[in-house]
Amino acid sequence: MMKKEILVIGAGPAGLMAAIHAAETGAQVLLVERAEGLGGQLIKQTHKFFGSKAEYAGDRGIDIAAKLIDWSKKLSNIMIWTKATVLGIYPDGVVTISHEGKFTLVKPEKIIVATGAAEKTMAFPNNDLPGIYGAGAAQTLMNVHSVLPGKRMLMVGAGNIGVIVAYQLMQAGVKVVGVVEAAPQIGGYRVHAAKLQRNGVPIYTSHSIKAAHGTEVLEGVTICKLDEKWQPIEGSERYIAIDGLCLSVGLTPLTELLWQAGCKMEFINELGGYVPLRDANMMTTNSNIFIAGDVAGVEEASAAMIEGKLAGLYVAAMLGHQKDWFLQDFQLAKQQLSALRSGPASAKVCVGLSKAILEEVV
Amino acid sequence: MFNLRILNHPILDFPKQEKVKFTLDGKEMEGVAGEPIAAALYASGVKILSHSQKQHRPRGIFCAIGNCSSCLMTVDGVPNVRVCVEPLRAGMAVEIQEGKGKVI
Amino acid sequence: MNALPSEERLAKGPVAVFECLQQIPCNPCAEACPRKAITVEHMNDCPSLNEALCNGCGVCMSKCPGLSIFVVDATYEQNKGLVKIPYEFFPLPKENQMVDALNRSGECVGLAEVVRVQVSPNKTNIIWLALPKQMIMEVRAIRLREEEHHG
Repeated sequence: MMKKEILVIGAGPAGLMAAIHAAETGAQVLLVERAEGLGGQLIKQTHKFFGSKAEYAGDRGIDIAAKLIDWSKKLSNIMIWTKATVLGIYPDGVVTISHEGKFTLVKPEKIIVATGAAEKTMAFPNNDLPGIYGAGAAQTLMNVHSVLPGKRMLMVGAGNIGVIVAYQLMQAGVKVVGVVEAAPQIGGYRVHAAKLQRNGVPIYTSHSIKAAHGTEVLEGVTICKLDEKWQPIEGSERYIAIDGLCLSVGLTPLTELLWQAGCKMEFINELGGYVPLRDANMMTTNSNIFIAGDVAGVEEASAAMIEGKLAGLYVAAMLGHQKDWFLQDFQLAKQQLSALRSGPASAKVCVGLSKAILEEVV
Repeated sequence: MFNLRILNHPILDFPKQEKVKFTLDGKEMEGVAGEPIAAALYASGVKILSHSQKQHRPRGIFCAIGNCSSCLMTVDGVPNVRVCVEPLRAGMAVEIQEGKGKVI
Repeated sequence: MNALPSEERLAKGPVAVFECLQQIPCNPCAEACPRKAITVEHMNDCPSLNEALCNGCGVCMSKCPGLSIFVVDATYEQNKGLVKIPYEFFPLPKENQMVDALNRSGECVGLAEVVRVQVSPNKTNIIWLALPKQMIMEVRAIRLREEEHHG
């Protein structure tokens, strides 16, 4: 059985930053990723990120991924396993992993879970027709595999992912016929919506999908208007011919390992679903298990990166790896996270976090 | 035969890649070695990957990341392969799966 | 919120206009400006522009993640103004090409002439549009006339 100081599960922005910053202190890290490559969702993000320099603002997600992957590969004390799925975290601290088809046991001293979140789906008749995708799936097809997900598409959801992916569909050459949003207002950043609207893509607020249509594949949808109680208004139905529909209706954290490990969980709507309770240093109710990124609460890549850095630094320090710059770096990361969350755009997340944070023990 | 490959993209560079041959229900198809089988199929306009067990409803890609089980096909005789993450190799025999597929 | 350039400053030459529309944590424009004309004091503030220092160079435009900065020039020609827009679609228009000028709602409000196409290494290209002066605070996008983007 392999022993390791720190096991980081998931090599998206949070996991990469956790592994990098822990390794920079001298700790021995095993970074495990179930996909073939590193980078998580960053590898599909062709848009430029917001935030400040610390979160690589102004850089495209794909370029940030390249920088972080490069950095992680340069640190010889990070062992990287791809095509490696963590199967379980057991009460005796043993972690089981399926690595390239082989069943492996690892005993880490500390674990950082950075498994991210998955797309939700939506219930309506024929929602299983080929041509109906999660928004992330459309991104994967066009930005990673250079395949058009459709020629004429509608986006459901005007949160950030919906409005960003709608724009990326346009860049790939898809005719985007509109965005429907059930709420009376657009949830995503206004600048993302503005890019669509000034290019003639309508955003229909208080609208939803009534049904999808098609015999073998998607051929069209019926959309309808919603009243103040979010109920369909009779007579407001409209048929739109499309060959692709993207559902961008929220993400939910991928927390199976944390449930199994016995961490205390709570359903917090503002964070996307069930999340583990944690202290201000990203530690769950199991003092050997830490979290970072969307698994801790659905937010943004910028927050994921800084949470990863915090968790990596703290865990390394717990194991006795503490460089002179630790305290300064740690405090700076906390300030950056605070600054990111201090504006009106983060109000909902802050409400969620207030329910998720345990009293600090130190 | 459709071609839904993106050749020119304003942000991304997609270099020309060598194609390999594989079969779908015995019919010859083409795709890029190493890309997910589902990507090769969608690029050729094939969107139906299986039919559901009870109602034989057509199914295709939903999550494209290996989470949801919408894309299960039989590959080289092995059922329930998640083709949205399984890499294509030359000569693969891919079959549209009916329901749970046959193991024996 | 977002301050529009003063009439005085517009009369002096090209200047940047920020259309961030809301407070979000973001400051790459301030970091990018070679003349330090942009201030974002606290990360969630909207940018504040020192009009005297800004010369409308447009470096901030390429860096802005929201593609929400534009440069307008009311002094371009006697009857024409200039608007620089960020552009991330293919095909790129060609110089001297006439294009449909769109307002913020995507409605065509007239024609514009493409004066220059600056291809940027970071792929946020800048297109200079010459159009009737009274439209410089209205036009924020274009539609190519012969072919759509490429679909």
